[in-house]
Amino acid sequence: MSGQTVPADFSGHMLDLDEDDDLEVFSKNPSLAGGGPMPNSPSSMVNQYRLEEEEEQQEANARDLFITVDDPESHVTAVETFVMYRVATKTTRSQFDSSEYEVHRRYQDFLWLRSKLEENHPTLIVHPLPEKFVMKGMVERFNNDFIETRRRALQRFLSKVSLHPVLSHSHHLEVFLTAQDLLPYKKQGPGFLSRLGETVRAVASSVRGLKSRPEEFSLMKEYVEDFSIKISSVDKVTQRIIKEQREYLDELKQYNPTYAQWAESEGELAEPLNGVASCVERCSKETDEQIQHLSSVLVPALHDYVLCAETLKLQDEVDSLADRVELANNALKGDWTRWQDGMRADLKSAFLSTAEKNVEYYEQCLAVWESFLLSQRVEPGEQRDGEDAS
Amino acid sequence: MLCDVTAPVADEASALMEICVAEAEKRNGRNTVNMQETFTVYLVETRPMDAVAEGRNPAPDSLWRRYSEFELLRNYLLVTYPYIVVPPLPEKRAEFVWHKLSADNMDPDFVERRRIGLENFLLRVASHPVLSNDKILHHFLTEEHGWKEVVYETGFQAKADSRLRALSATFRVRNPDKRFMEMKHYSDELQSHTSQLLRARVRVADRLYGVYKVHGNYGRVFSEWSAVEKEMGDGLQSAGHHMDAFAASIDDILEEEEHYADQLKEYLFYAEALSAFCFGRAVCRKHELTQFELEMASQDLVSKKQQHEEIATGIVRTFSFKGMTNKLFGQEAPEQREARLKLLEELIAEGEETVKEKTVECEEHVDRAWVDMQRFKEQKDKDLREALINYAVMQISMCKKGTQMWSNAKDCFLKM
Repeated sequence: MSGQTVPADFSGHMLDLDEDDDLEVFSKNPSLAGGGPMPNSPSSMVNQYRLEEEEEQQEANARDLFITVDDPESHVTAVETFVMYRVATKTTRSQFDSSEYEVHRRYQDFLWLRSKLEENHPTLIVHPLPEKFVMKGMVERFNNDFIETRRRALQRFLSKVSLHPVLSHSHHLEVFLTAQDLLPYKKQGPGFLSRLGETVRAVASSVRGLKSRPEEFSLMKEYVEDFSIKISSVDKVTQRIIKEQREYLDELKQYNPTYAQWAESEGELAEPLNGVASCVERCSKETDEQIQHLSSVLVPALHDYVLCAETLKLQDEVDSLADRVELANNALKGDWTRWQDGMRADLKSAFLSTAEKNVEYYEQCLAVWESFLLSQRVEPGEQRDGEDAS
Repeated sequence: MLCDVTAPVADEASALMEICVAEAEKRNGRNTVNMQETFTVYLVETRPMDAVAEGRNPAPDSLWRRYSEFELLRNYLLVTYPYIVVPPLPEKRAEFVWHKLSADNMDPDFVERRRIGLENFLLRVASHPVLSNDKILHHFLTEEHGWKEVVYETGFQAKADSRLRALSATFRVRNPDKRFMEMKHYSDELQSHTSQLLRARVRVADRLYGVYKVHGNYGRVFSEWSAVEKEMGDGLQSAGHHMDAFAASIDDILEEEEHYADQLKEYLFYAEALSAFCFGRAVCRKHELTQFELEMASQDLVSKKQQHEEIATGIVRTFSFKGMTNKLFGQEAPEQREARLKLLEELIAEGEETVKEKTVECEEHVDRAWVDMQRFKEQKDKDLREALINYAVMQISMCKKGTQMWSNAKDCFLKM
């Protein structure tokens, strides 16, 4: 009965992962016009950069910029309703006048920040923002789960940016974190520096002429396409698991009352019946927690990288459009490596956490049933004639 | 296949026997309308227990029986011992089946579970203080051919008919025995509760199956993804294998749980039998005597006494045809009156004797039935408690497997 191959009649549980039944809309990048100011020796900065496993575990002395996003509040005006988030910054960086800041930002403001970062650093990989809308199954834009999920994603975005050796020094980030009112900054067109950059690039391209695409970028493009498909599949499978778990939980909740109701008409048998009812109920709670964990740890991590992959595909288009100078090539390559390491770390961490939670789930349930056996004055180890589970 | 439970079966020489339903086989034959049919036969093995105890190991006596013969045996016992709760047979057709399990009578898993159910039936019957002494049971275990004829010769089917008639007369009974009606009420509840539990369990099993199987998709996707990755590839690939193993593990887990379901089903069927039994006991005694008859005898006695009084006192209390005719056609002569009174007195005395006798018989049978029900109750509590414990053990086994698999997966993720 136990084999690694999956027989045909299980097709109901094997997902058709090529079919795209998600209708999620993600925020597309605004047009990227012109270049930005030249980064300060990015290769040296990349070399200084250290990998971290989890952002929260980053040692304090290696990180000098801490940003949190919290305290969502609904704002209602005559024209619209929106949510404002508190963005709190703690920093020791000299570029900042103060060591602590607190501002309030809405989703639009994050969009602005990201577009500016991409505009000014077209060769770098900027972490995605959560989607603007989710079309399928989303009714209330302001329900608490949606806001909480968005808040976490916004925090991840800023966290990633703050850890980026180049992007964290962006003038736009500074403005975003410190200015009480963003409006004046939003009104500015592409700056003098960006216009300068455009000129430089145009000159450079005419000097070098057409460049043949380096092999690395072909590989990267291929990888991005494959990765995008695979990560979407993992995301879909995870969503499906959550769905099945929820249905299982629903049935469990109807199962334990059958024991309790039976116990009511029994004498001696009532006690073990109620014992089993209680065990099933406690296991239901553990199942609920397991589902919560999946939803709050693995799903967001996978989702981020689904968006990332989409972003990278577009990024690649930009690369092929712009002729770049050697420096820019290296910057992207360095950033690409950085991104890959970050992706590996993030996903590894999320999978690990999931596996750990599952182990915890089974251990808790085991304890529940063992205590029932003890209550029946039966030794848990003795019942099976010495037979041990694998 | 050795049995691990032995049951005493007393034959005429009072030797105890070990019983086992060892195997199942398919046979082809012709049925009563001469059509080809395929059926399953089960090997019933018996061995004298003293021989086993003495260390000798004689070959067991064995014969083949099919399900319909077990049914015949049970029907015989039902009719012959109406004051005993006769153990149930495993279900004729698969019910409460979760969707991946076959409902086919020929399915090997079903046949195997039926084999166990038939063995349980024989063991229960053979360990019953009253049923174990039955000769027909003994023949069932020892005489392969001609057993059916012997059963029919007992004429139990005629008794079954008369019992049915008696049961149909029950609506006329005014005082059904309260104790048995209460027990019937309990057994109805037991039926209801066990069947609800069984239904809910099936739904849970279906959902759990879905959860495990969907994880098989991780196996597939991780494997494909690992081909694209450099550093993460190994970790992903091996994690994927563990996901496949996890998905596959549910089959054995749920197959085992079927045995728990079978234990509950046994008591569902017991409850059905008990309900019918109590109804019978409440309203009807041994087949030669019904409470109806008892009440008729009692009513007859009462009416005779009334008649006696009327004649003696001349006062007509209740309408009686005889009384009317007397009034219409004139009084009878004193000698006639005396003769009638005397006859009535004799009949009353006889009637009182009969009622007394039959009451005693009734009470004896009631006592025996009540004793058997207490026995049943104790057995039920013991058996079902054991079943619940077994269920807990199964859950623990499932949790241990899950812990193992996800620990393995975790180790793989660490390598990513």
